[in-house]
Amino acid sequence: MAEKTVIDARGSFCPGPLMELIARLKSGQVGDEFEVLSSDKGSATDIPEWVEKAGHEMVATREDKGVWHITVRKTR
Amino acid sequence: MKILIIGGGMGGTILGNNLARRLSSEIKAGKVNLTMLSASDKHFYQPGLLYLAVGQMMPDELYRDQASLLEPGIEFHVDPVTEFHLDDNEVKTGSGRRYKYDVLVVATGSRPNMEEVPGLADNAEMFYTEEGALKMLKRLREFEGGRVVVTVGVPHKCPMAPLEITFMMHDFFKERGILDEVELYYTYPIGRIHSLENVAKWATPEFDQLGIKYETFFNMKEVDGERRILRSEEGSEVHYDLLVTIPAHKGMEVVEQQGLGKDGWVPIDRLRLNMEGRDNVFAIGDTTNLPISKAGSTAHFEAEALGENIASMVKIGQSVRDYDGKVFCFIEAGKDRATYAMFDYQNPPDPKPPTRAMHWFKVAYNKLYWASARGLL
Repeated sequence: MAEKTVIDARGSFCPGPLMELIARLKSGQVGDEFEVLSSDKGSATDIPEWVEKAGHEMVATREDKGVWHITVRKTR
Repeated sequence: MKILIIGGGMGGTILGNNLARRLSSEIKAGKVNLTMLSASDKHFYQPGLLYLAVGQMMPDELYRDQASLLEPGIEFHVDPVTEFHLDDNEVKTGSGRRYKYDVLVVATGSRPNMEEVPGLADNAEMFYTEEGALKMLKRLREFEGGRVVVTVGVPHKCPMAPLEITFMMHDFFKERGILDEVELYYTYPIGRIHSLENVAKWATPEFDQLGIKYETFFNMKEVDGERRILRSEEGSEVHYDLLVTIPAHKGMEVVEQQGLGKDGWVPIDRLRLNMEGRDNVFAIGDTTNLPISKAGSTAHFEAEALGENIASMVKIGQSVRDYDGKVFCFIEAGKDRATYAMFDYQNPPDPKPPTRAMHWFKVAYNKLYWASARGLL
């Protein structure tokens, strides 16, 4: 059954929100969703860019009080 | 009160010595028992492996007897934990003994996971073990030219390692006089050549100047050893003559098998360092699931914060400070130049141009580390 996991990467400069997402996606199941919390506005562009290259699916992006919530679905 | 530390690496050792000094009177009076369990009687200076791979350190420089590094107040046993019974405040060890605790700290570290990518273990060099670093040194010494591909898994220990080994191989081949015959080809999982934006901004022109080629958004998928091809999850492929990997890491098997955390990473609070849902269980160093660098300095600074808090819990019944996410990493930029990155949860790093002085500082630290592990530096 697909799960939704929150990755709290606020204040993560290294390895950073995208690297955290890549690491978690690897061990997830197809259909699982991952919501990345990031305080780095760059995540709003670099995460969707990688998701497209890697063939996964963007579900939602929103900003709330300086924190970006970016949700991705593992598709393969 | 029984304080039990699992793991005799950098984090566990610094924490143990920190607590032994802060609680020396309580330990002497028999009010506190401080015990450390480790899988080995040796302490291993893991950052030295990078230097071992390029012939700048020798294996015997990387080890000390663990007991020789510990304060007298620490009861030390070589007896690895095999079972965690957190609801009973107890662990069971390989010898069959059971250890009760009031406070437990898990500092068991991480391990390279070469099996995750098909073909990687059989075809790539890596320096995260003594055996691997020595084998890599032999390959580098015998290499006669061609394309050297550096490839990076996530998460990995030591975020600076991909850049450092690339710069160091550049200078290694230059010293051997074969640099003209070598093409260094660096790959990285995200859209720039390092996760830290400011480090990437510094390193990119350095790569350009040295003629090091790079490809970003490259996550290893499989290695075809017969055709010497590395393929990425993003759909590209690159030919190599020598493949060097910074492999993905996992937490220790016992942590994973005992259900303390997915992939062996213990989920903890980023400020208090306690395990989610547990007030008396903590984790430090590589063992945690925190989205920060898996590096010795992370373990060091976490151990200092946790040492203060556990000691203050004993003395006044409450913690006194939060861990602020502090990390300090040296960055070797070749065989004789280095810079550094220092950052925390609030402040990104701002690396300066590399200097010879910073390289010699790092070389000195490789010797001074043993004082650091004792908690004297």
